[in-house]
Amino acid sequence: MGEARGAVVVIGASAGGLRALSAVLAALPADYVRPVVVVLHVAENGGGLLPELWSGALAVRVKEAVDKEPLLPGSVYLAPPGYHLLVEEDRSISLSVDPPVRFSRPSIDVLFQSAAAACGADCIGIVLTGANEDGSAGLRSIREEGGTAIVQDPRTAEYKRMPQSALEAAGADFVLAPEKIGDWLRRNS
Amino acid sequence: MTDKLTEKLTDKLTEKLEAELLLEALYRKYGCDFRQYAQSSLMRRLNNVRLQAGAKSLSELIPLVLHDQAFANGMVQDILVTVTEMFRDPPFFAELRTKIVPILKTYPFVKIWLAGCATGEEAYSMAIVLQEEGFYDRVQIYATDMNERSLEIAGEGIYPAESLRSYTANYHASGGRSSFSDYYVANYRMAKFRDELKRNIVFSNYNLVTDHPFGEMHLIVCRNVLIYFNRELQAQVLGLFDASLVHRGLLCLGSKETLDFTPYASKYETLSPKWKIYRQRTQ
Ligand SMILES: C[S@@+](CC[C@H](N)C(=O)[O-])C[C@H]1O[C@@H](n2cnc3c(N)ncnc32)[C@H](O)[C@@H]1O
Repeated sequence: MGEARGAVVVIGASAGGLRALSAVLAALPADYVRPVVVVLHVAENGGGLLPELWSGALAVRVKEAVDKEPLLPGSVYLAPPGYHLLVEEDRSISLSVDPPVRFSRPSIDVLFQSAAAACGADCIGIVLTGANEDGSAGLRSIREEGGTAIVQDPRTAEYKRMPQSALEAAGADFVLAPEKIGDWLRRNS
Repeated sequence: MTDKLTEKLTDKLTEKLEAELLLEALYRKYGCDFRQYAQSSLMRRLNNVRLQAGAKSLSELIPLVLHDQAFANGMVQDILVTVTEMFRDPPFFAELRTKIVPILKTYPFVKIWLAGCATGEEAYSMAIVLQEEGFYDRVQIYATDMNERSLEIAGEGIYPAESLRSYTANYHASGGRSSFSDYYVANYRMAKFRDELKRNIVFSNYNLVTDHPFGEMHLIVCRNVLIYFNRELQAQVLGLFDASLVHRGLLCLGSKETLDFTPYASKYETLSPKWKIYRQRTQ
């Protein structure tokens, strides 16, 4: 795989996602080499506090994404509530207020499909717990472009539907518990 | 595997070329310039247009754009994102009342430019605030967009009744003091906002990419439009705004847009870092 620019990690999580996401991110060291971009479904007016919630608890830097900001290694970018987040070819972020996709904005599919188009094989897509099917189509796009797909083991998921649906629609290179996903990311960097 | 990836890469380059030619056709034939829009979401919408047209590739749309004006118009509509609401980001409108209005009140007459007003909800929200603050009659609002169909809806001021609940909540969250239902008449399907609200609003067609500066504005509000542009085009449009403001004029962007890291950052002071309210510095 052409790793000239290094891969981008994209993560989608919904119901139960806060805990699973924390477990994944906790495994990453401060000098982690990849940018991590996250869509976590939360109420449209909530969620803005997440970066503060995590600050101090994690080694990596978590921040709410700003339009057109460049993706930097070792930083975790959260989609702001009410906006889609897309990855651009030049490895920067674009936000959009396009209509919700399958009732979600931010949408995991929108993030994943943009990352697949922008990064091709240099993309690692991760689907965590959730009670809907967002992320399935996006994970398929990532695999079609030659990227890597990791799905939370449904048996470890607070809500199984999202990981299960992703497995059915896209399959996965790895099916792991959240802590193990974090370990995998750390080791494969 | 490698062959397949190489093939993918070639396909992607071809698709990019097709998109460029398609946008070039739209620009050269109709003057609609999307060439510097942010790529990822633009490609998403172009591919939606392609799927709806039943085309296999973007280049199949080029003859349609060139020979079928109705198709081209439809495509422009589909590229433009019309999503909006009344009192979107209520805290912004609260700060409009508490931070911006007092400054505007120091002028005898105020010109406001609402750039990218979509279907008009933002303009009516603005009119309501200014009316409640008791100085709407010293204001002229120029509400512009390049989407003709949106402007027609804006001029009518008629919106689906099902949105009223969230608009009412937004209105009160923004510090609205009256009964929101005083501002419209509704049946079970639609709500029409009162004509007196638009007495000082002019809705007109204006393209931020290709049209000229819009002279002597005291306040320019452009929210959730710049996110659709790439960095170069953002800077160009910020330059247009800068040239269209009076000395010490005010500029408001969407809550996820910023002047930081742009060539204009140092020319403005920040009145609200969270809700992106800026004011030109003296000199
Ligand atoms: C997402 S809406 C934002 C509406 C409103 N300002 C808000 O925040 O709710 C974006 C608007 O920008 C308009 N727009 C996009 N490109 C434009 C251009 N080049 N010139 C003028 N308006 C444009 C679209 O037609 C659309 O109405």
